[in-house]
Amino acid sequence: MFRYYLDLALLSLRKNKVLTALMIVAIALGIGASMTTLTVLRILAGDPLPEISDTLFAPQLDVGGKIDYRPDNEPADQLTRLDAEALLRAKRADRQALMTGGDVAVNPERDSLRPFNTGARYTSADFFAMFNVPFAFGRSWQEAEDRSSARVAVISKELNDKLFSGVDSVGKGLEINGTEFRIVGVLEHWRPSPRFYDLSSGNYANAEQVYLPFSTSRQLDLPRSGNMNCFDDRPPEMKDTDVGAPCTWIQFWVQLDSRDKADAYMAFLRNYSDEQRAAGRYERPTNVRLRSLMQWLDYKNVVPDDAKLQTYLAFGFLVVCLINTVGLLLAKFLRRAPEIGVRRALGASRRAVFAQFLVEAGLIGIAGGALGLGLAWLGLWAVRQQPTDYAALIHLDLPMLLTTFALALVASLAAGLLPAFRACQITPAMQLKSQ
Amino acid sequence: MLHMRAISKVYRTELVETHALRALDLHVREGEFVAVTGPSGSGKTTFLNIAGLLESSTGGEYELDGENVHHLGDNARSRLRNRKIGFIFQSFNLIPDLDLFDNVDVPLRYRGMKASERKQRIEDALARVGLASRKKHYPRELSGGQQQRAAIARALAGSPKLLLADEPTGNLDSQMARGVMELLETLHADGATIVMVTHDPELAARAQRNLHIVDGQATDLEPMPNLGVAKRTSESRA
Repeated sequence: MFRYYLDLALLSLRKNKVLTALMIVAIALGIGASMTTLTVLRILAGDPLPEISDTLFAPQLDVGGKIDYRPDNEPADQLTRLDAEALLRAKRADRQALMTGGDVAVNPERDSLRPFNTGARYTSADFFAMFNVPFAFGRSWQEAEDRSSARVAVISKELNDKLFSGVDSVGKGLEINGTEFRIVGVLEHWRPSPRFYDLSSGNYANAEQVYLPFSTSRQLDLPRSGNMNCFDDRPPEMKDTDVGAPCTWIQFWVQLDSRDKADAYMAFLRNYSDEQRAAGRYERPTNVRLRSLMQWLDYKNVVPDDAKLQTYLAFGFLVVCLINTVGLLLAKFLRRAPEIGVRRALGASRRAVFAQFLVEAGLIGIAGGALGLGLAWLGLWAVRQQPTDYAALIHLDLPMLLTTFALALVASLAAGLLPAFRACQITPAMQLKSQ
Repeated sequence: MLHMRAISKVYRTELVETHALRALDLHVREGEFVAVTGPSGSGKTTFLNIAGLLESSTGGEYELDGENVHHLGDNARSRLRNRKIGFIFQSFNLIPDLDLFDNVDVPLRYRGMKASERKQRIEDALARVGLASRKKHYPRELSGGQQQRAAIARALAGSPKLLLADEPTGNLDSQMARGVMELLETLHADGATIVMVTHDPELAARAQRNLHIVDGQATDLEPMPNLGVAKRTSESRA
């Protein structure tokens, strides 16, 4: 019967082209607007590492002074170098890495390329394994190289393409800020979005081009970038980045593979904080956090409020479009009351009439979905023209494409429910006599 | 074939209660051609709607082809209507957007028949009413008489046990009406059970038996004739 209903629906839709077009356009506009904003929101609010995000955590310690203390204060987002290096040495997690951003000058060997500055990340060996960073060539540096402040580097695919035309450059030299580094690994394309591990220089910024051991970066005093918050005075000879400086500027991430391990790590953080307080280093009561990756993004309000608002408004617009469609469908279906009466007399049950008209509504939804998809593409193109750090990330992928059609179908079926119900309630006897 | 006992039908609104049928007893045997007459508002149409399972009675018993239909739900009533009843309406009630083939196809679709069987039945039914060559025509391209013949083909296609005709010639001129009436008589002669509601005493006179409905109650106008005639005709042809 579905095929029969489909034929009848096509016949009906062809019969009144203007009304059909109005309904399709109404659904398409609602779908187009909703899918544009939903796609943006999904990309902005997406899980950057969906397979492992629930095992990644950002520890926080409340290291600030007593002056600004309030009991409901959140601990600082970043750690001091002293705490970060202590937690790294403690090795209480399955994996752990400290890190900060930097900006380095690369001096290419190729004469055709001029020296240039690029973003760098100073981190420790576990960074790559912990975040599932894919390697095209080579490997990460090892813990021993962290300890020895080795002159080793991992570079991005993009930088490898630029400097070495994409060939395996492992073992080759690379001059960074005047120091020769040996390339030990080349990454595949990797751009976690949002760039969760360091939100201080743009939530959706590109991943860095160069990765160096943190210890090396400190030994060479390479320039760092990102937020730094100093909460106490320090001696004039002490730099902000020195081990003992009362400044938070290090991001620290741990991998904890089970709930028990997470609980144990939380207990470890409390103990660590208690010890630091007992030693007179921490002035505030113990106040630690261990947020998972997605909790961290939520806490940091990564998704722009206007993206959420736009999505709510677009779905509101979809509802308005659907209400219009309900009205148009009602008018269309009830105008066919005589035909419904005849069909009922000839053996169509209420259910059959309901199904027939719901198929018609669904067909309008699919057509509206197809047109809405085009509008969503147009909308996303417009978003990509905006000067935001996430513009380049915005695209319609397969799941969203399927969602578009599913949403259009569900929306049109929902819009068709009342009209189809009203149609199947038509009393045949009255219609047959009134003709 | 059709047995109604003490059938009543009351239409209620907030202000008024209208008794369309009052304890109506009516029996139609297989192979009969019964004309139902009566003044306007007497309950003829209500009787036809209840007989055709388009409406439920308020009280009483209705048995169609041995099945008590009083307590059936919409699905079962629709299935029974589809399999056992063929309707012929005064205003033909063909679906204007469908050609004759597809119009005749409508009741067969709801029966879930295979395409090949439907095609055969549609072509046979259209041939029987003399419209085999018009199957691709739309209702608007046909005369009133031809439209009514197409409606009869639609009623016949499903081989129903009972044909219910509501003023089948009411919208036709006398020549077309005669043609339609002759067709009904032929169908009856072939063994069909027909109940025809009409205002026209001339048409009623051509039926085998006349029932008169007044104030929601039925009366036989003539004694029951020998019902074997039609049946014997049918058997002798078979």
